[in-house]
Amino acid sequence: MRKMLAVVSRVLTGASQKPGAASEAGRVLLAARNFANDASFDIKKCDVHRLEDEPPTTAVLTREEGLKYYKIMQTVRRMELKADQLYKQKIIRGFCHLYDGQEACCVGLEAGINPTDHVITAYRAHGFTYTRGLPVREILAELTGRRGGCAKGKGGSMHMYAKNFYGGNGIVGAQVPLGAGIALACKYNEKDEICLTLYGDGAANQGQIFETYNMAALWKLPCIFICENNRYGMGTSVERAAASTDYYKRGDFIPGIRVDGMDVLCVREATKFAAAYCRSGKGPMLMELQTYRYHGHSMSDPGVSYRTREEIQEVRSKSDPIMLLKDRMVNNNLASIEELKEIDVEVRKEIEDAAQFATADPEPPLEELGNHIYCREPPFEVRGANQWIKYKSVS
Amino acid sequence: MAAGLVRSGLAGCGQQVSRLLRRRFHRSAPAALQVTVRDALNQAMDEELERDEKVFLLGEEVAQYDGAYKVSRGLWKKYGDKRIIDTPISEMGFAGIAVGAAMAGLRPICEFMTFNFSMQAIDQVINSAAKTYYMSGGLQPVPIVFRGPNGASAGVAAQHSQCFAAWYGHCPGLKVVSPWSSEDSKGLMKSAVRDDNPVVVLENELMYGVPFEFPDEAQSKDFLIPIGKAKVEREGTHITLVSHSRPVGHCLEAAAILSKEGVECEVINLRTIRPMDIETIELSVMKTNHLVTVEGGWPQFGVGAEICARIMEGPAFNFLDAPAVRVTGADVPMPYAKILEENCIPQVKDIIFAAKKTLNI
Repeated sequence: MRKMLAVVSRVLTGASQKPGAASEAGRVLLAARNFANDASFDIKKCDVHRLEDEPPTTAVLTREEGLKYYKIMQTVRRMELKADQLYKQKIIRGFCHLYDGQEACCVGLEAGINPTDHVITAYRAHGFTYTRGLPVREILAELTGRRGGCAKGKGGSMHMYAKNFYGGNGIVGAQVPLGAGIALACKYNEKDEICLTLYGDGAANQGQIFETYNMAALWKLPCIFICENNRYGMGTSVERAAASTDYYKRGDFIPGIRVDGMDVLCVREATKFAAAYCRSGKGPMLMELQTYRYHGHSMSDPGVSYRTREEIQEVRSKSDPIMLLKDRMVNNNLASIEELKEIDVEVRKEIEDAAQFATADPEPPLEELGNHIYCREPPFEVRGANQWIKYKSVS
Repeated sequence: MAAGLVRSGLAGCGQQVSRLLRRRFHRSAPAALQVTVRDALNQAMDEELERDEKVFLLGEEVAQYDGAYKVSRGLWKKYGDKRIIDTPISEMGFAGIAVGAAMAGLRPICEFMTFNFSMQAIDQVINSAAKTYYMSGGLQPVPIVFRGPNGASAGVAAQHSQCFAAWYGHCPGLKVVSPWSSEDSKGLMKSAVRDDNPVVVLENELMYGVPFEFPDEAQSKDFLIPIGKAKVEREGTHITLVSHSRPVGHCLEAAAILSKEGVECEVINLRTIRPMDIETIELSVMKTNHLVTVEGGWPQFGVGAEICARIMEGPAFNFLDAPAVRVTGADVPMPYAKILEENCIPQVKDIIFAAKKTLNI
């Protein structure tokens, strides 16, 4: 403390006017400044379906949590924007479905569960791949199809896997029965784990989801069905696709909650609530997260033929999840603007480095083509484009 | 039901008796043990359920009904609700649930009441099960078995009679087996359950009740038949007949009849559709110089078509004295009337005719 005071006084009284002195002073002042440890916030009340209780309407955010959520959301945001850039440079090809705007969902969900719980989602999966533990460089390198990608370049945008994260699934709705199956395994193993099974407002009309609701409820599977309602299934608005847009009620006999998906605290509290319900053995629950994607459905979709630029701009200016968190933190003395800007700088650097890697890393060797057909199998040969071209296949 | 109990009781007794005889008396041949395909499948599942706690069975009517075709008889009574699960009529849903459970580390056996209904769930079999290990770069295995009766039955008409060997055999990432005998059924089913990959087991409803002699080694709880290896059921020198599932029996009948006319057929039981054991067929063709493939499924893009293509590409082509020939199901949806249905599946006379044509006799 004395040392710090000495530094402070030296800086304040010091004659040095060299550049950086001001920021050094600022940094020192920062260190000396007292932030609040935590703050309590009012969060939007959730609409409920077939429930007596509901998630709380206030949430406590600690400074540490706030900084963490901020950094993670910012990382996801910048990672997705970098992917946009790389796609336009044709370094990423094929499908690329971006998550910017929806960051509060993946971060809030992860904050409400344990690392030993399980998550499965559809193809808008990069955010979850990161929150479930994979580094940005492995995600970007998978998007660019390089050997350093998390799936060795063999899966691409829609097929990224991590521990307790089952992708990344390309077929709309197919991941929902899979998620209930993972929940069945949780129950079978008696480990008190749950599975978050995500799908979009478009997928919500898939028949297999209703088959899954039935079995999950019948067998009381510890599964949270989560509908990320970003208002559009590709180019079709919810009003044009669903006879009932109350997605949190579509589980019928399954209790549901509708959550403000732009508020990371709201998502976190709702998740904790739903997770406790599932862990208690009462069966599945349904969460509808009302959220928004800034990009079109994918990089092939400009995203403005079925919605107005005004609408996009309005969400950006009024409901951006990162802005909401930042404002809360700054206005309640949980962090300073400079501190958050520093985090921004750190994040930008991390993304730049990752993009560098993803661009420079070589593509997988041709020999990789035949590998990983079967698991735990002695090596065998795989046919190529004609009968004379053979690839070795190892597990 | 009672007959089944007696049969399975006898199976147990037979095992004890032969063990006893082997131990005490040197040279007494034990009575040949007869086991039906149904019981062999039942034994296989029972043994694997007992051996590994992660194995479980789900499907329509598999538990309290004892199985639509009684293949899972007695299992629910023995293992209970946790391991033997009755599902609602939701193929796409429960197949997906089974695949998800496999991804999370369990070892499900997912029954389709017939493989015709697997079409409702085929996306889960192919896109969620077969391709995942590859797409994940080797991170996510899917140790699942899909089983059920496949192909023609008797009088069940077009929507209930399709053979899926070619459809599933087409896809990399899957293994597809097609047992004929009881020994095949037990050994392949056990291998399928122990395999860490998605395996499709194509059973045959008409074979369920057929008894076969059960060799000693098949009575062991660790009796496995390797997936990917064909079996020469009958040796011969004049012509090779290759088949899978029920038609293997027809080939053997045809071979017996042809033998009386001095034609010795080599009959190969494929046992596995994918990965196919083409080497066994090639070796045989290089010996006999003539090839006839026999299958229950439709001719176009079928198992026989694949065998012919591969024979042309390999060393055996130069040993053929005549073009390879296919005997298949008729190229129509399966009709109901008995006389029509009979003529839509390969009969013994069709196999004999094709063999003689190939041999030019």
